[in-house]
Amino acid sequence: MSAHNAEFRHDFAIIAGWLPFGSKVLDLGCGDGALLQYLQDSLEVRGYGVEKDDANWLACMTKGINVIQMDLESDLSDFEDQSFDTVILSQTLQAVNNTEGIVREMLRIGREVIVTFPNFGYWRHRLQSLQGQMPVSKNLPYQWYDTPNVHLCTIYDFDQFCISCNIKVKQRLVLTANQPVTFMPNLMGSLAMYRLENNPPLK
Amino acid sequence: MSELTPSSLAPQSVGIVRAQTARFNQSLALKSGAQLAQFDLVYETYGELNAAKSNAVLICHALSGTHHVAGKYHADDKYPGWWDNLVGPNKPLDTNKFFVIGVNNLGGCHGSTGPASINPATQQPWGSQFPVLTVEDWVTSQTLLADHLGIQQLAAVVGGSLGGMQALQWTLAYPERVRHALVIASAPNLTAQNMAFNEVARQAIITDPEFYGGDYYAHGVVPRRGLRIARMLGHITYLSDDAMGAKFGRRLKDTIKYSFDAEFEMESYLRYQGDKFAGEFDANTYLRMTRALDYYDPALAFNGNLSQALLKVTAQFLLVSFTSDWRFSPARSREIVKALLDNERSVSYAEVTAAHGHDAFLMPDAHYHAILRNYLNNISVGDRA
Repeated sequence: MSAHNAEFRHDFAIIAGWLPFGSKVLDLGCGDGALLQYLQDSLEVRGYGVEKDDANWLACMTKGINVIQMDLESDLSDFEDQSFDTVILSQTLQAVNNTEGIVREMLRIGREVIVTFPNFGYWRHRLQSLQGQMPVSKNLPYQWYDTPNVHLCTIYDFDQFCISCNIKVKQRLVLTANQPVTFMPNLMGSLAMYRLENNPPLK
Repeated sequence: MSELTPSSLAPQSVGIVRAQTARFNQSLALKSGAQLAQFDLVYETYGELNAAKSNAVLICHALSGTHHVAGKYHADDKYPGWWDNLVGPNKPLDTNKFFVIGVNNLGGCHGSTGPASINPATQQPWGSQFPVLTVEDWVTSQTLLADHLGIQQLAAVVGGSLGGMQALQWTLAYPERVRHALVIASAPNLTAQNMAFNEVARQAIITDPEFYGGDYYAHGVVPRRGLRIARMLGHITYLSDDAMGAKFGRRLKDTIKYSFDAEFEMESYLRYQGDKFAGEFDANTYLRMTRALDYYDPALAFNGNLSQALLKVTAQFLLVSFTSDWRFSPARSREIVKALLDNERSVSYAEVTAAHGHDAFLMPDAHYHAILRNYLNNISVGDRA
């Protein structure tokens, strides 16, 4: 019936493995709602999506997903502090402008945060760059002139971001072709998946 | 709230319809403390009520709406009902699936008991003596109509603007009687600016020499001038600046004549709309409709905390706002969304990009109608055990 049956999404399964049954989940930039539908079907999560695009919004609502049409960049203040178990930003990080602000908002709203993004340091991307081209791949399917991605980063970059922002990386998982990558992940990994928490405030 | 064009969707029309009247010989206690000893509600229905009586959808009208939502009374009627583009077979609110009810609110001037009706105690028109009604009173009276039709629980209540407030109120006051609320271009209360427009409209009516304190019926006149100006003002606020610009711009009907006649097309439009409305709407009803808008504020009893006010809500919600609607702005709809999120209720919210201002909720925009169609398609009306 839905897209995720046609192609099994390992990243969805991993996210599901990180969530307790029945937990309350906010999916920011939820696209057509495939992830939330998967999580509702498999874990009976109490889910809400946030989506700005009309067609995506309609696809979510038509699936019976609770979806709020708003702008991640400016409107997240509508959500109360610590009002969700988990806030997810699935392959959307690279398309937001106010990256730090949004990650901080996610940590304010959720007790845990899941962020996944295409690793710009993946060797195929590096190779294309060396060849003098902007990288195009399965996880980065856009041409330079039509990409919504404004803040591409590598796994190394994101680790540094978390350190400088005093964000605790609870778990990190790197995938290539749906398989976990442990050897040189910033070179060999195509998709990065993080579980984040607030560090205790610095004394 | 503007004119609808004659329906171009005749094959999907509910066809020829007729209004019905339900008489209630029971006292209705109003929020103001007043009582109505008996009253009539005039209504129309489209589609068939199923055996389980689980497919009923109530449409609540806005300031100047009526029970005549869809179809025509006669084949040669110039216009169909006011939301005919929404309601009909295979339309977004599909009468093959739903039993749709349109009702003229109490205090109205299209057949339900209102200020122009005869007060049984005096055998004179109610006029100034007709009570001031509230959204809460309307919803209470609508539940009595549902009882009359044998409907315990509505599949959905749908309303735009003031109608959206009624849909919201259903879920607050009668949570067990409504499964879905579609609250469109609405707000949890009016802002001071919004109420200010109502006050100017009322002052135009009340200061009309032919208003006679509301008892103009006995004088054989109506406060046309006041009602006309009230409606002209309303029309300005229902359109966006861009929509007015696109519709009229600075176009002249002819040439500049250095007069105060209707030289600009915009002036002709407003005068036409004002005249038309003043000839068919009751000024006392207009006063009461605007007052009901002003008074509605479900958060008031909760120190302004709308989330607490919505604690008892169980219905599932769809909220829709329109980007260019400055009279019921998207931010106001989002206040309701936030209160529902705070209570972890089922809610979806769409902010439709539209140029028409508040009037957009009556327009057949493709995306807007797809939203309503898909949401309504998902509502289960299966015969429930």
